[in-house]
Amino acid sequence: MSVQALTYLFVGASFALYLGIAWLSRVRDTRGFYVAGQGIPSIANGMATAADWMSAASFISMAGLISTMGYAGGVYLMGWTGGYVLLALLIAPYLRKFGHYTVPDFVGDRYESNIARVVAVVCAVFVSFTYVAGQMRGVGVVFSRFLEVDVNVGVIIGMAIVFIYATLGGMKGITWTQVAQYWVLITAFLIPAIAISIKLTGNILPQVGLGATLTGDVDGTHGMYFLDKLNQIQRDLGFSEYTAAFQGGWDKTNVFLVALSLMVGTAGLPHVIVRFYTVKSVKAARWSVFWALLFISLLYLTAPATAAFARYFMIGSLNEKAEEQLPEWFNNWEQTGLIMWLDDGDGRVRYEAGDGNEIFRSGTLPGSEIASIRQQHQLWVDSDQTRGADGRIILRNRGLSGPDRDIIVLATPEMAELANWIIALIAAGGLAAALSTASGLLLVISSSVAHDLYYRIVNVHASEEQRLRVGRGVIGIAVVIAGIFGIYPPGFVSQVVAFAFGLAAASFFPAIVLGIFSKRVGTVPAVAGMVSGIGLTSFYIIGTVFFDMDRWALGIVEGGINPQGFGTIGMIVNFAVTLGLTPLFPPPTDETKELIESIRQPEDAGPGLDLEDVL
Amino acid sequence: MTTSHETKEQINRQYWRMNIMIMTALLSVWALVGLGGGILFADILNRVTLPNTGLPLGFWMAHQGSIIGFVFIILIYCVALNRLDRRHRQQIANLSESES
Repeated sequence: MSVQALTYLFVGASFALYLGIAWLSRVRDTRGFYVAGQGIPSIANGMATAADWMSAASFISMAGLISTMGYAGGVYLMGWTGGYVLLALLIAPYLRKFGHYTVPDFVGDRYESNIARVVAVVCAVFVSFTYVAGQMRGVGVVFSRFLEVDVNVGVIIGMAIVFIYATLGGMKGITWTQVAQYWVLITAFLIPAIAISIKLTGNILPQVGLGATLTGDVDGTHGMYFLDKLNQIQRDLGFSEYTAAFQGGWDKTNVFLVALSLMVGTAGLPHVIVRFYTVKSVKAARWSVFWALLFISLLYLTAPATAAFARYFMIGSLNEKAEEQLPEWFNNWEQTGLIMWLDDGDGRVRYEAGDGNEIFRSGTLPGSEIASIRQQHQLWVDSDQTRGADGRIILRNRGLSGPDRDIIVLATPEMAELANWIIALIAAGGLAAALSTASGLLLVISSSVAHDLYYRIVNVHASEEQRLRVGRGVIGIAVVIAGIFGIYPPGFVSQVVAFAFGLAAASFFPAIVLGIFSKRVGTVPAVAGMVSGIGLTSFYIIGTVFFDMDRWALGIVEGGINPQGFGTIGMIVNFAVTLGLTPLFPPPTDETKELIESIRQPEDAGPGLDLEDVL
Repeated sequence: MTTSHETKEQINRQYWRMNIMIMTALLSVWALVGLGGGILFADILNRVTLPNTGLPLGFWMAHQGSIIGFVFIILIYCVALNRLDRRHRQQIANLSESES
């Protein structure tokens, strides 16, 4: 069967599976809708958390980022897993003991203030929307590349699927669908990696293959360590060594700040935290963080291998090749603009770090502009550089040197000449990753608005049916808004992912941790801390990313702080403001102190566990 | 009545102290493995290669070693805390028995 027929088959079968699960797990009450009836076993919750967590970015973009960044790509690997340690030790068990529905719920109750609740709702909704827009776009992109439908049609199909299973089953439907999606995405990620690892190093485990020697089947180099060979190739082409630490803009301080910001941000992201409300007990909450990280690590330990292998294939199959020698995958993917070749006239591809580089990507430039750049470039070549314009200089100045990072995962199976069904599997995996994350985020938006705003503030006497109706309605509206973001992506979607982590790190994390571990911190210091943390972080990120503001060095970084790492500074400011103001303001009421005390104790039916009474 | 109340509080305080201790110890390991091994000492560790592989140690810590470490930290935390919980539950049960 052709790749396309197989892709339709896999995607169709996986969608049918998701809808079937949704129908079987439909719910009728708010407790089922928001926290899946708190009856999810910890292994299943671990898988669901893993699928929730691993987005289109993890599945499609991360290996590509690592592939071009080498050592520094480790910030994503460490950042997006190290946060789970903080989550397990500082947050998950306590919030499960607290036992309500959402993160703003905890912030509002602990700090006895609806202002704190609203600040938390605004953060949760903002973080979730920026994230979900990227997922919807990811769905559209996978559809358009593999199934040759329009990106927008792809977004609409994705919206429809998420809408059906999220409104039908709420958290319960989402959780069981995510369990299925985990298996689809992990299979799709592992199989190509294993096949490539066997091909390159003869090692069945890609995680081990990364450190092994080459078999010589691919380019005749036999017995040399794969990474030594890759480092040598990188050096020859003027790139820094793949394994060398702290190259280019990634100095030690920035690597540290970015990794820490991603870790703390991970522990503060509402769609992850809320997953630990769904299990039966505190003990189950602890175990499900463990299962979650174990399942996540399957992908995260494989990604560095995929990244390095892909780098090797990418350079090897392009560099110094004449036009007729170019591999088929290059021609397939050139049409998408993810990769393009602007020859200097000698008819051979050169992919290197210096000015002679001929491999570019189209980025966000419109097709018409690319066409005119290529036309001018052709003229420039044909006229012996007397007319037209050198397209390489134009693209280099726009920062578009080298292929798009997404191509690494999407095209690696083709690069390594793997079977058609493996290529088709990637599409189903990418969709599973994007849909699972999107549905988790939509539920956070729904619960923040319908539960925290509507029920807790606007209409405290709302009946169970009213609340459920509002919850479903908000998901519906959120799906449509997310879809519109997917169809008309604001140019900043890719950049705001860093924003989401920085924001979570600078707002939720300190507020939650101090809320649990301090009985002294009161309302005003906590709100002041959150507002100053978010305020400063947004100011810096918006300033540096969108308004060309100079990066701050603060005396610790020579080249200025990477905006992705500013969440760490925001978090420190939040902690400092909160703790600095605390002695000046009254401590929490005795009632709240009792609440804190009960959260800290592993059993006894404290106020948090009496859910039946609350409903 | 007042004495038994105090003992319960004592038990709770003891439990919390133990919890903080385990947590602090594991967080130090977390910082050492991830922030230390993967970042702060990465350039020094890179001079060594893992035996029988082509993996420089600092690079490996950043890409794989730290993740393996994180999984084990959480595993140890689960086992230790769930054991502490069991002991705590037992102590509370003993207390209410002696009360009646």
